[in-house]
Amino acid sequence: MDFNDTAEEAAFRAEARAFLTANAEPKAGSRPTLRLSGLDAAGVARCKAWQAKKAAAGMAGLTWPKKFGGREASPILQVIYNQEEEAFSVPRGLFEIGLGMCIPTMMAYAKPEQLERYVGPALRGEEVWCQLFSEPAGGSDLAALRTRAERDGDDWVINGQKIWTSGAHLSDFGIVVVRTDPNVPKHEGLTFFFLDMKSPGVDIRPIHQMSGARHFNEVFFTDVRVPDSQRLGGVGQGWKVSLTTLMNERLAVGEVPRPEVDDLVALSRTVVLDGEPAILNAAVRERIAEWYARSQGLKFTRFRTMTALSRGETPGPENSIAKLVNASKQQDIARFGLDLMGQAGLAIDDDLVEAHAMFQSALLSSPSLRIAGGSDEILRNIIAERVLGLPPDIRADKGMPFNKVPTGRR
Amino acid sequence: MNFDFSDDLKQLRDQARRFLAEQCAPAVVRRSLDGQETFAAGLWREMADMGWIGAAIPEEYGGAGLGYEGLCVLAEEIGRAVAPVPFSSTAYLAAEAILLAGTEAQKKEFLPRLADGSLIGCFALAEGTGNPDPRNVKARVAGGRLSGTKWPVADGGIAQIAVVAARDEAGDIALFLVELAGVAKRTLTTLDPSRDHVRLDLDGAKAERLGAAAGWSAVQTVLDRAAILLAFEQVGGADACLRMACEYANERYAFGRPIGSFQAIKHKLADMYVALELARSNAYYGAWALSADAADIPLAAATLRVSATEAFQLASKENIQTHGGIGFTWAVDCHLFYRRSANLALALGGPPFWKNRLVDLLESRNAA
Repeated sequence: MDFNDTAEEAAFRAEARAFLTANAEPKAGSRPTLRLSGLDAAGVARCKAWQAKKAAAGMAGLTWPKKFGGREASPILQVIYNQEEEAFSVPRGLFEIGLGMCIPTMMAYAKPEQLERYVGPALRGEEVWCQLFSEPAGGSDLAALRTRAERDGDDWVINGQKIWTSGAHLSDFGIVVVRTDPNVPKHEGLTFFFLDMKSPGVDIRPIHQMSGARHFNEVFFTDVRVPDSQRLGGVGQGWKVSLTTLMNERLAVGEVPRPEVDDLVALSRTVVLDGEPAILNAAVRERIAEWYARSQGLKFTRFRTMTALSRGETPGPENSIAKLVNASKQQDIARFGLDLMGQAGLAIDDDLVEAHAMFQSALLSSPSLRIAGGSDEILRNIIAERVLGLPPDIRADKGMPFNKVPTGRR
Repeated sequence: MNFDFSDDLKQLRDQARRFLAEQCAPAVVRRSLDGQETFAAGLWREMADMGWIGAAIPEEYGGAGLGYEGLCVLAEEIGRAVAPVPFSSTAYLAAEAILLAGTEAQKKEFLPRLADGSLIGCFALAEGTGNPDPRNVKARVAGGRLSGTKWPVADGGIAQIAVVAARDEAGDIALFLVELAGVAKRTLTTLDPSRDHVRLDLDGAKAERLGAAAGWSAVQTVLDRAAILLAFEQVGGADACLRMACEYANERYAFGRPIGSFQAIKHKLADMYVALELARSNAYYGAWALSADAADIPLAAATLRVSATEAFQLASKENIQTHGGIGFTWAVDCHLFYRRSANLALALGGPPFWKNRLVDLLESRNAA
């Protein structure tokens, strides 16, 4: 065992670090980015400028084909870049979905002239993409979606509603999966398209989240026309195309959400409990030790994933546990930190309370991490069925035409 | 990044798994459980012949020189098989203590005999109830004679030598080698009869100081290193429980369907898997730290000790739960793992001791 880069990896790491040192500011102090509000216009401009800089330096789309501005590199280089970028304060949050999920799906299914048109601008940060999957009737059960598309000449006409669409209001284009045949079982009647988000009939309304932020949206479709040439995959093949998109989500390396255990250690040194720093309290120490062991376990699990990538292998199933563990850990650490602060833990004025109100804002934002991108329950099902080989749940709608599937008590 | 065992060691692991599946089937474990034998002497002999006991002992002292990563992969398989042998007492504790602290003459005298299986070793620290703590060490050495009561001592009934923590004439803690022939022993009845445990009543036993080892830190170093190896046994045991539970959940039908199709069972097994993978990753880091003799062995050891104990305890209890009533019977093997998980959680000190130590180490790192 060793933790060394190969010669190629070391050379790339040096290149990435040099690029970042020349173009970005190191992260200052331990103050995290508070996410109580979404990106404003200035934030969007900063994200776009940074993406353009990365693309110009060859630091974007590392695994993509060279003809689209990529390097055709092993995914390990992307992981190395992400590791290096972690130490710098760079504007993020606008391109992860487009470059991580939408464009890879386009590359798998779009026509060459479409790729010519769309990939470059996305890579350079000139155009933003979003992913229109979830619906009020289809979240965990995504294939139960009801937004309809009907053929009309060379076009399809879309009516319905999508929800939880991150960044729809900032996006130029989107990928969308819709129902084109309600008379067949749910997975068989879906078709996949990409569309211009400025199309007539697209109505985007931000959702006011319980945290106060407005990151994502409801998107209403009223007679929205999409040319058949923008169909990705065959009619009725939409589920298969969706799986391509979701597969790409799995390799994305998520940031470790804060507060982390180190933040709790720092807090426990300053907060007084029973006349002494809370860090001396046995109950506090026990919780810190348990969370530290989990954090380290995830860190070294990432090392196992990197080892597989470095050897050109597909990472094993151990890669699937990170979000499941991190989401609950963040929520629990946030709650525990507030418990230590006593009644003042209620205050969210970041000039008054410890750690710039990191624990308070995490208490409000952490429920979303346990739901987004596969809820805790769905992730446990995936581990049980795909990793441990347990039988699938009995599905009440199996083989049933979609329009006969019960949708409520009535 | 090469955070994985080498192909050679994976091959060793697979060989060990096949060997133990044949030679250490549950029926073998049950001979100790039912009191028919104290340990599996034949199995012990074969392990010695294959070089397992001396895996991490350098060749110059009669070992196989496979290094600590080799010992780690073997430990995982021994844990998976709930092997009724004094492997951890001999290889992780007695041999390690002598390697760490012994004089050249002591290493030459004892290590080859430990490696070839002719000598069984044990480690005597505890003196009754309580976690590892220098204040609990009352045993004393005067004029080369050691007196005191040590219990529980794992494998003390079958061992010929013990490494004993005791106070020297100046009152300082040190490690001593004691030949156990003639020492009074009381066999203890424990939660895990697949391993021998005794009380040693030392009354002026001849004791030889182990090199220059002095102070509690020598004891703690032995515990830290053993914790890493023991964590691999815990990972192996947890993995065995998870596989057993999954197999049963696939086969057992209730309400007209396999119970593994119910989310209540699925989610339980998924949680066992998550705990196991975190423990495995922490244990891998410990394996690296041991073989690289890294400075952060203490923190790595405390971390994996917390993680692996949690994983094995969770897996062994939820394996019983997944089996339902049949899992509570003597005839089904779930309790072998449940018993062993309690044994391994308490050997070397229980979770409160290691959690407290983990935060101590974090704090001293932060202060540095």
